[in-house]
Amino acid sequence: MAEAAAVGAESLASGQARAARAVLGQLVLPGEELLLPEHEDAEGPGGAGERPLRLSPAPRSRVRVVCGPGLRRCGERLLVTKCGRLRHKEPGGGGGGVYWVDSQQKRYVPVKGDHVIGIVTAKSGDTFKVDVGGSEPASLSYLAFEGATKRNRPNVQVGDLIYGQFVVANKDMEPEMVCIDSCGRANGMGVIGQDGLLFKVTLGLIRKLLAPDCEIIQEVGKLYPLEIVFGMNGRIWVKARTIQQTLILANIFEACEHMTPEQRRQIFSRLAES
Amino acid sequence: MRTNSWLGASNMAAEHKPKLSKNLLRMKFMQRGLDSETKKQLEEEEKKIISEEHWYLDLPELKEKESLIIEEQSFLLCEDLLYGRMSFRGFNPEVEKLMLQMNSKSKTEEIEDEIVEVDVSDEEMARRYESLVGTIGKKFAKKRDRANYEEDENGNMKLTKTKKMFLKPQD
Repeated sequence: MAEAAAVGAESLASGQARAARAVLGQLVLPGEELLLPEHEDAEGPGGAGERPLRLSPAPRSRVRVVCGPGLRRCGERLLVTKCGRLRHKEPGGGGGGVYWVDSQQKRYVPVKGDHVIGIVTAKSGDTFKVDVGGSEPASLSYLAFEGATKRNRPNVQVGDLIYGQFVVANKDMEPEMVCIDSCGRANGMGVIGQDGLLFKVTLGLIRKLLAPDCEIIQEVGKLYPLEIVFGMNGRIWVKARTIQQTLILANIFEACEHMTPEQRRQIFSRLAES
Repeated sequence: MRTNSWLGASNMAAEHKPKLSKNLLRMKFMQRGLDSETKKQLEEEEKKIISEEHWYLDLPELKEKESLIIEEQSFLLCEDLLYGRMSFRGFNPEVEKLMLQMNSKSKTEEIEDEIVEVDVSDEEMARRYESLVGTIGKKFAKKRDRANYEEDENGNMKLTKTKKMFLKPQD
């Protein structure tokens, strides 16, 4: 880590932008500029090695690149705004892929399309005010549930837990969420059932747990019958048959972020025995 | 010329042919007499006038400045995350069904044959429908036609005789 930071500081001090490809998987700090692959040749350090002579400027292949969370566009380069590791995903078809910064934070900022768990705090007229952990409560219309009409209102009370997704989420407007997808089906969204326990973890842990090959989830699933709901705003709701099992689950999730795989396996084997 | 011959009999004050405005010439009744070529010319002129009235940006350099870097704040594009609701060991069967559905949607390489569980199988549906047509048909049939409906071996209503239609007499 110390070397990576030193290298980063060096390049910042010299004012040179590094190539994004060279920095994949390494630590980047806010304020750094990254060069996209197609611009590397043009702006490389002067006199470095041989460069093929071009009689006419080659037409730049304009490939569409997506800069994800933690990066911003700065002219033709990417500007880093969060500290973390730079990641890249190859595109499936067309385009130049996605670059993003894998960072850690606890405070959630509403993003369009995210599925979150919210707590209903108020009913005002035809909308509910739902606390999602952002700077302001999101609004949820009572018609945004499956099978809801003006006469047939959904059965939602203050204090209920809601699993929904954002349709409007930007810095200029109040976030709006719905419990319905674009086809009008619920797809598991809506009021989360009775009992269970809601607790908060960091955003990075949620993404780690929801990764396709997460071992923690697989091991947890073998313990006993349970139900989990993950919200991208850092909230997890768990429910098991007894209160003790539910509490055990909550402790596992809260602690697993800082455990090494061996410690985790020890704990799971102890639980499996009891 | 035509107009002149029309009004030529009486003393016409105007010696030149009356100048018709362009709008008047564009009207339908004036164009019936024209041949196709002049019609086409008029149409083209009209189109030119309309397209010239449209506004457009005359800035070729704007396209150059158009950047191909798109900013997205969502993690959904970056990482393939699983569906947020999970249930294990049969705690919530609906959620388990949903898990299979939603996670298989994101995996486009695996083509899974989903056996959709229906309450009534297809064959049973066909059988019921067969008899349904008979029973409903009987309800709306007139008294004379009701005799044509007979009970099948399964108790299904079936129309046995073909309906009597008018037969044209053959000479």
